[in-house]
Amino acid sequence: MSHKSPEELRETAKSLLEEYLPLKDTMKAKQRIGIPVQDMPSQDPQVRIGNLDEVAVGYSEEQAKLEALRCTQCKKRPCIEACPVKIDIPTFIKHIADGEFQKSIDVIKQSSLLPSICGRVCPQEVQCQEPCTVSKALKDVSKGVSIGRLERFVADWEQSTGNVKTPDVKPESGKKVAVIGAGPAGLVVAADVRREGHAVTIFEAFHKPGGVVRYGIPEFRLPNTIIDQEVQTLTAMGVEFRTNFVVGKTRKLEDLLAKDGFDAAFVGSGAGLPIFMGVEGENLIGVFSANEYLTRANLMRAYDRENADTPIYESKKVAVFGGGNVAMDAARMAKRLGAEEVYVVYRRTENEMPARNEEIEHAKEEGIEFYFLQNAKRIIGDDDGRVCGIECLRYELGEPDDSGRRRPVVIEGSEFILEVDTAIVSIGNGSNPLIPQTTKQIEVNRWGNIIVDEKQKTSMKNVYAGGDIVLGAATVILAMGEGRRAAAAINEQLADQG
Amino acid sequence: MNKILFKKQLSDDVFLMRIEAQNIAEERLPGQFIMLQLDNDFGERIPLTIADADETEGSITIIFQIVGKTTTDLGRLNEGDYITNLVGPLGTPTHIEKFGTVVCVGGGIGVAPLHPIAKAMKAAGNHVIIIMGARTKELIVLEKEMTEIADELIICTDDGSYGRKALVTEPLKEICERDPKPEMAIAIGPPIMMKFCAETTRPYKVFTQVSLNTIMVDGTGMCGGCRVNVGDEVKFVCVDGPEFDGHLVDFDNMMARLGAYRGQETSARHKCNLDKQIENKENT
Repeated sequence: MSHKSPEELRETAKSLLEEYLPLKDTMKAKQRIGIPVQDMPSQDPQVRIGNLDEVAVGYSEEQAKLEALRCTQCKKRPCIEACPVKIDIPTFIKHIADGEFQKSIDVIKQSSLLPSICGRVCPQEVQCQEPCTVSKALKDVSKGVSIGRLERFVADWEQSTGNVKTPDVKPESGKKVAVIGAGPAGLVVAADVRREGHAVTIFEAFHKPGGVVRYGIPEFRLPNTIIDQEVQTLTAMGVEFRTNFVVGKTRKLEDLLAKDGFDAAFVGSGAGLPIFMGVEGENLIGVFSANEYLTRANLMRAYDRENADTPIYESKKVAVFGGGNVAMDAARMAKRLGAEEVYVVYRRTENEMPARNEEIEHAKEEGIEFYFLQNAKRIIGDDDGRVCGIECLRYELGEPDDSGRRRPVVIEGSEFILEVDTAIVSIGNGSNPLIPQTTKQIEVNRWGNIIVDEKQKTSMKNVYAGGDIVLGAATVILAMGEGRRAAAAINEQLADQG
Repeated sequence: MNKILFKKQLSDDVFLMRIEAQNIAEERLPGQFIMLQLDNDFGERIPLTIADADETEGSITIIFQIVGKTTTDLGRLNEGDYITNLVGPLGTPTHIEKFGTVVCVGGGIGVAPLHPIAKAMKAAGNHVIIIMGARTKELIVLEKEMTEIADELIICTDDGSYGRKALVTEPLKEICERDPKPEMAIAIGPPIMMKFCAETTRPYKVFTQVSLNTIMVDGTGMCGGCRVNVGDEVKFVCVDGPEFDGHLVDFDNMMARLGAYRGQETSARHKCNLDKQIENKENT
């Protein structure tokens, strides 16, 4: 696959737009569907593996308008139903086609306050874009309207104007809400609750807000400046951030409610301890959880070896175990940190991989090698206790399991050695134990995830929860969807209390 | 931002600081630690055990030895300066109750985290025997404070410049041989010292608790970098610990993991004498 430069994509879009734009209000659905889907412009793979800059550079105005014309403005509007935060997608897209970018972003912000994050990291192909009429007509979800790319375009456009509107806040209600965790779920709750005039304090364990989008998702996929912008908007609305504050440890949750005058609390403390494979040698030097590897690189800035005090392991050959987005992030980060060879080892096939197609494609472009139907049997160390290889087994696909995916079955006697000096384990997370350990009134399930009702309410009075602490490791947008529901319930509760 | 209220140099490369931290002072319990970071963007987060706290003043005390970049920079800060990021108290507190006789063994600045535990054990009605060890006299810290707590106090130096010329394992063995033997031992210090304390008490079946100081990034149960083998299980020092049954800890693996970045950073200026002695033994 040859890489097309952003300029090339823009020029092509420009000439097509001259043809289609005059017809924008009269085109039939069939014509719209005939407009070629606009690829996301990206940095040249050979260049980007040498930097941390964002890979996807975003649509040009020409591409955005052309892509917006692909939306048929169908009657059914299935995309809205499939969006966890129910953005009025056809309307914001129509405004882009009309060149009314401010109106477009205003529509999005009625439902989502973090559009520049969502436009980048939401899995649109399994949400809004999946039932899109254009996807259905072309029988290919990747050819549906590129909703996320368009969302990102108008969000970035607003930032580029230097005039980001601070959402209106109602007069002070005198009520106080504690939000625990400054990740995607918590940020959404803070925004929605603050808009109703309630005072909001976000308590964050780390020294910077953002949660998983800060420590986990790499700069090349979601730049820190984007998170900073969203946080600035919240600060401008009057939301207070208290970093270096671990609720449950620095102060008990019940004390926040009983002694510090908070009327309600939302727990969005996120995913917890990484799950390891349970194979021999997993505590050797050179074995990392993806969480640790990415946190060192992202939050602690270890990629900047000149300036950062936090070290990151120097690797030549890296094996990443797992097939999700986090595995892709870790593999691509390892490449950028100077690893010569990076392998993604996954025990099923590419079809079963949970990672987004775009991430898999980007990884392939960057020279990451994929080893499917293989998995680690044991990790081998040298005399110093450092990883020097991994004994792997080959698998074949058997009958479907509970998840509906075909179960990988070991091929007996298929052992072979993969020579690597680093192993990164990316097979998921457990739940964070801190809140449940220190707050006995909150009921959790047997995996330690907080149990909530349909309004995100926990078993503890006036306490709500959402995001990964409830869902297990999920996605940014699902966490935000839970945050919206929780915020609505909190606002309702506080209104009832008068 | 947390203000440094008081600073005192205890020896060549060991400092004591009292730092403003109201919430932590109120919530902390013996055995817990904090994480601190000096530069918001590029600083490393390091765990340090809380040596003491003063609820009225709203302060915590830390005692640290200069071993790497962050502790070097920390040692250069003075009263009135601020620590950029400080979070805690983290980790599971020590289980305190009346056990009977408790031997508390502190090696080097391991005496600092041992102090609040010994104090709490004494307050719970235990007969507290304290063994403090260091390379040389100048490196003995908190002697006065420990004297106030101890029913019996034994000081050892490797070079004999103060107290008994011995490693801490010698008096520990003698105490284990007493009749009745102690109910419990607590050992805090360099990993090699904790390992040998655990080996010393093992034949006597004296339960021995150790406090581990592994590499950590977040310290709140997210990264998994602090994992250790304890018996058949993998445990996380930041949330399951930092205290574990010393007879079950795989010290060799833990010590190897502590050296994961050796060569990549200019740390480990200090070497415990027990460490050297082991090396010498291995070389001969």
